[in-house]
Amino acid sequence: MRYSGLRVIKEALSGHKGWTPAWREPDPAAHYDIVIIGGGGHGLATAHYLAKEFGQARVAVIEKGWIGGGNVGRNTTIIRSNYLLDGNEPFYEMSLKLWEGLEQDLNYNAMVSQRGILNLIHSDGQRDAFIRRGNAMILNGADADLLSTADIKKRYPFLKTHDARFPIKGGLAQHRGGTVRHDAVAWGYARSADQRGVEIIQNCEVTGFRIEGGVCKGVETSRGFIGAGKVGCAVAGNSSRLMSLANMRLPIESHVLQAFVSEGLKPVLPGVITFGAGHFYCSQSDKGGLVFGGDIDGYNSYAQRGNLPTVEDVCEGAMAIFPMLGRARLLRMWGGIMDMSMDGSPIIDKTHIDGLYFNGGWCYGGFKATPASGFAFAHLLAKDTPHPTAAAYRFDRFEKGLMIDEKGMGNQPNLH
Amino acid sequence: MTQKNRIAGGQIDRNTTCKFTFDGRTYAGHAGDTLASALLANGVRLMGRSFKYHRPRGPMTASSDEPNALVHLRSGARTEPNTRATTTELFDGLTATSQNRLGSLSFDLLAVNDRLSTFLTAGFYYKTFMWPAAFWEKVYEPIIRRAAGLGTLSFEDDPDVYDKGFLHCDLLIIGAGPAGLMAALTAARSGAEVILADEDFRMGGRLNSETYTIDDAAGADWAAATVSELANMPNVRLLSRTTVIGAFDHGIYGAVERVSDHIATPDAGKPRQILWRIYTQKTILAAGAIERPIAFNNNDRPGIMTASALRSYANRFGVAVNKRTAIFTNDDDGHRTATDLHAKGVKVIVIDPRADAPRARDYEVLAGAQVVDTMGRLGLTFAKVCLADGTERIIECGALGTSGGWNPNVHLTCHQRGRPVWNDALAAFVPDDLPAGMTVAGAAKGDMSTAGALAGGAQAAHSALELKGRLPAIPQAEDAPVNITPFWYVEGASRAWVDQQNDVTVKDVKLSHQEGFRSVEHLKRYTTLGMGTDQGKTANMGGLAIMAELAGKTIPEVGTTMFRPPYTPVAIGAFGGRHRGQDFHPKRLTPSHKWAEEQGAVFVEVGNWMRAQWFPRKDETTWRESVDREVLATRKSVGVCDVTTLGKVDVQGADAADFLNLIYCNGFAKLPVGKARYGLMLREDGIAMDDGTAARMAEDHFVVTTTTANALSVYRHMEFVRQCLVPDLDVQLISTTESWAQYAVAGPNARRVLEKIVDQDISNAAFSFMACANITVCGGLRARLFRISFSGELAFEIAVPTAYGDALIRRIMTAGAEFDITPYGTEALGVMRIEKGHATGNELNGTTTAANLGMGRMVSDKKDSIGSVLSRREGLNRADDLRAVGIKPIDPTQPVPAGAHLMISDGPVDAAHDQGYVTSACYSPNLGHHIALAFLKNGEGRIGETMRLVSPLTDIDVQVEICSAHFIDPKGERLRA
Amino acid sequence: MIIDHPLLGPRDSAEFTYMGDARLIERPSPDSPDAAAAFYDYAYLRDNPAGWHRELWFHEAGDRSWLVVTRNTVTHEISKVEFASDVARAKGRSK
Repeated sequence: MRYSGLRVIKEALSGHKGWTPAWREPDPAAHYDIVIIGGGGHGLATAHYLAKEFGQARVAVIEKGWIGGGNVGRNTTIIRSNYLLDGNEPFYEMSLKLWEGLEQDLNYNAMVSQRGILNLIHSDGQRDAFIRRGNAMILNGADADLLSTADIKKRYPFLKTHDARFPIKGGLAQHRGGTVRHDAVAWGYARSADQRGVEIIQNCEVTGFRIEGGVCKGVETSRGFIGAGKVGCAVAGNSSRLMSLANMRLPIESHVLQAFVSEGLKPVLPGVITFGAGHFYCSQSDKGGLVFGGDIDGYNSYAQRGNLPTVEDVCEGAMAIFPMLGRARLLRMWGGIMDMSMDGSPIIDKTHIDGLYFNGGWCYGGFKATPASGFAFAHLLAKDTPHPTAAAYRFDRFEKGLMIDEKGMGNQPNLH
Repeated sequence: MTQKNRIAGGQIDRNTTCKFTFDGRTYAGHAGDTLASALLANGVRLMGRSFKYHRPRGPMTASSDEPNALVHLRSGARTEPNTRATTTELFDGLTATSQNRLGSLSFDLLAVNDRLSTFLTAGFYYKTFMWPAAFWEKVYEPIIRRAAGLGTLSFEDDPDVYDKGFLHCDLLIIGAGPAGLMAALTAARSGAEVILADEDFRMGGRLNSETYTIDDAAGADWAAATVSELANMPNVRLLSRTTVIGAFDHGIYGAVERVSDHIATPDAGKPRQILWRIYTQKTILAAGAIERPIAFNNNDRPGIMTASALRSYANRFGVAVNKRTAIFTNDDDGHRTATDLHAKGVKVIVIDPRADAPRARDYEVLAGAQVVDTMGRLGLTFAKVCLADGTERIIECGALGTSGGWNPNVHLTCHQRGRPVWNDALAAFVPDDLPAGMTVAGAAKGDMSTAGALAGGAQAAHSALELKGRLPAIPQAEDAPVNITPFWYVEGASRAWVDQQNDVTVKDVKLSHQEGFRSVEHLKRYTTLGMGTDQGKTANMGGLAIMAELAGKTIPEVGTTMFRPPYTPVAIGAFGGRHRGQDFHPKRLTPSHKWAEEQGAVFVEVGNWMRAQWFPRKDETTWRESVDREVLATRKSVGVCDVTTLGKVDVQGADAADFLNLIYCNGFAKLPVGKARYGLMLREDGIAMDDGTAARMAEDHFVVTTTTANALSVYRHMEFVRQCLVPDLDVQLISTTESWAQYAVAGPNARRVLEKIVDQDISNAAFSFMACANITVCGGLRARLFRISFSGELAFEIAVPTAYGDALIRRIMTAGAEFDITPYGTEALGVMRIEKGHATGNELNGTTTAANLGMGRMVSDKKDSIGSVLSRREGLNRADDLRAVGIKPIDPTQPVPAGAHLMISDGPVDAAHDQGYVTSACYSPNLGHHIALAFLKNGEGRIGETMRLVSPLTDIDVQVEICSAHFIDPKGERLRA
Repeated sequence: MIIDHPLLGPRDSAEFTYMGDARLIERPSPDSPDAAAAFYDYAYLRDNPAGWHRELWFHEAGDRSWLVVTRNTVTHEISKVEFASDVARAKGRSK
């Protein structure tokens, strides 16, 4: 079924009886060419691109719960490609380009909104670093714009630029950055993959890998064994748990990141802003809620909830630059599990086990990467060679000293 | 200004009249009213508009789970959007306006959405607005954004103050209804430290809204007497107007006390609200239950509310919403409302879908009947009822109470991922898996009678505190059983609201199921059910029940309701507390701060420190003039700079040298007493972490300096190495950053200035380059002197105990007067270190190795040090690795800005051909042109090469020459002078 | 969260700074022939369990001791708090 405005009108006039399920609910088959573990954004995107771009149709996505229930539905919906390092920027720029064409590609309105993202600058050192980054973005074909305090004041007149503990001395803007309706990304990819023959199997938990002679033959699941030519893992928040079933230890720690939404408000914030002297970033959803967050809680956690000190830290940041928010109310707080890697950058690579592929370690940057991650993982699964933009995301980069460390924090995951 | 719906009774203070306005009209109510009860008393039922269809709405509850009656409270900078009229305590002078409307509340132009509702079903926006692609941001989204949202912010800074505090207790009791009060009484009498918190401004919970008696007293009177007994006990803290918002790990609860929200403006010095962090061993959740509505066609008109809300308005607030009232109930509790209202002179009729509905003597009960529709554009006028025999009857009524049963208020039990379990007898979820230390009592547990709540509260306190002896006597109270037949919605409705705030109808839930969104999470996300400001407290169960029916499953099979903190929305200001504006972070002031202020210094934030950035003179109009002067004066004669902010770590013990050998990549074992050495620390991953000096003051005593930015993390790292890696080395550490005031005195005349202050001989022979010593100054004050130089000049750093820092800077200035000593700030400091080619944070950016910094040979392979093994990895030792170099413009008038990238002179300009980047840049007044430090691929071998420096972000593209990073005095003759 | 400090009693976790896996105490010998591999494993690979986890916390706003806290990463229950220096000695890190 193709979605369109006309279709909405037609269905409305005939009592909405014609809408069909966005995806089927098949029972698992005995064997697939490719099995993707994880029905989140990355897994579903991988399936979509495998089917659409790489001619793979015998593909299943298996999900232990309901699709889209993990981080793709728990993030703060920001997209951007404002990265510094060569290993990252081309990849995230590809992602942003895929976002730009996503709705037409999927025939699903995920509300990709290029309302711009603005990183505030509060010191000369920060300005130097942002100029270097902005230049790297432009040299990689992305857009970047250095804004003065006056420019910022024009767009965000209520920001505390001068009378502040850390005055705002400018900002690095990426006007093509913005937000996307996060749940719709999972649903749109799922629907598109399903229509292209991919089988999405919900409530099917992987309990083990069947590995014979160093080759992965398939997965044991709560719904029986499913054979596979290749198995791709994309289970953000559960990477270490899943890969331990293949006796792998990963350069990853899992941490909780909290996110917050306010009550619905009439338009306040036109774009996305991030505070550079504290832990606070914010945008406003189309529904009117201010969606905001800060830093991870900082300790290993698989509990999808956080604690008060981080909530306070984030709201203090909000009040530091944005004191009219004092009377807006925080409606809901929740947590997602971030697989924090040792250099803050992800892994999309083969494992040492033939037929077993891994995609993970996205830290808290996974959502914006969804299209490129899916595309690059599909490329790897289909062709057995890394996609050029993801060529640096290898397991062995730590052993070889080829870290991709945007923040320069080293091998301590909670600092990235 | 007549309170035409005011009836006798209730707990309002009729002697205190409060005038207030709503949408500009003035009304009167009484102290003890809420905004909603006062408006209802005045005959105002229409209070808001719904989110999507802008349907006219009135209050659905008399409590904090209110989805509909949301208003702008107050005005100007104190405007609070989305404020629930049902919990807003009335005060004299209150102003409120309606929100989410275009036009007036009674004539909202956006109500056109309601006409278009056929098209605007759940998730319609995912299926359209895609063509043409560019139209989303330009056309569709702006329209949607303007229409969406509820209230609006003032766009002014919140003028009020918020506080935070900590409380500790043995037992926290959440909810002061019969269960909570009885628990508090039991616990308090045992001597335990008790906190009793209730969101309401009047404690008593449902007792205030019911006509029950406890022993021989009215329930509300018993509550008041109990509260007053508790208030007189020193071990009890009563927190009314305080909402416990979240149950966090290890017995930490967040609570928000609304200190001043019930008055027009906070009293002087008082906060608006306080965020309490309550630390408790045990908690009793006695938060009661929430009545849920029944969905039927047009069940959202103003005047339709939960039956218990009608009861609250009548019994507690003395308001009969309308003299003709219908009750639609599937359980016996709804009949109580009818009884109470009838007793207050209201004409009541009960519609009960159960064929065996209880009969009443005084009013009509339509058993086996259902409400199938309602009428009244801006408020209920008629209800259409389908009788048991299938015939229809129109009932004239201005109020309709619905009761679909009660949901135990399990919210806080779910904050740590606990899931409630289904209870068939109650047709509701009850708590199961609880946060550690929590027990549940009363209706929150599913004990729905007053007697059950009283007994349960006492029992809960008794067992939570492990009290010995018998339970206290439980007062006599009603003990009616729950009698309910689940009934969620009336079949065949075209528009029956499940979630009134977000306009989710039964049909939307059905469409969600039809399109495959069948789990509770999918349902909620696709339809927005339960995503409103009320978190679906009254709505979620209905949605789940309908989904279960469609899926042919039981309700618990479909899922359980999920609640997340906070219990009710919390002002962001309360979480921020006092940390706003200039008080966001504390300011650390250097010992010379006061003196520097006197000199008119311009200060800059460096982390939490405030440092003098430059010292402008009257005739100087730009910062560059000041900085150039400071640099030139220092290099010509002498300058002084406060360097206290550098981290200082005292390292003492017999094994101190061995310890530093492990910490630094270069060797310290052979450093003689009385000498300092530059040291580079690596992280264990082989990347440079920090640099500084270590001065050996004695055989077993070193003073280590760190950069300002890393003072904390380096100290933490050193303690890690000491405690975790070499626990038995004889070495002790203490951070002394704040104990010593330290000044750099630099320039050719530095020695001559200090000779006037220092008591010892500091001639070049006695105190050569890199010397250090414990000395005295000014005739006996203990001090430390280091002959180290960041500027590249003959320089000393002199340290005295912090208390003498102000005196010392004044003394240095006096002593230096004859040499025209010049104070310099961080800018001049930066210029001089760039001229000298010293690395700092811009170069030690967490990705650079010792080799990148040109210090590869410092990494000793003769000893173990942190980071040495991993620094040898191939990726960190490539032939074309970055190397620190200097940069100067070919055209001396051109800038060479930091953040610019280096490209081959005649080569392409893109990321693939990037050769390196500028880390630090400045104008060198000594050289008369800009200079910069940079990292360049294979930089050592490219000295003299002409390259292209580009900064497309700032439109810069200049030719530069690669040179040594040591622009000034490359042989180091000045600093040894 | 609350960490029951062996000397100071229960303290709010906000007073502490977290580092991670307590295995960081077990720094390999730089002299062994497989030092490169051992340090790679030490610095980068983690068990990252969903369940009991021994981890390092630094009492930054307190007595500056490093502690090894045994905590469940799913429930946040803490079963044991030890001085890291004692753990290090038990691991043979004495001189």
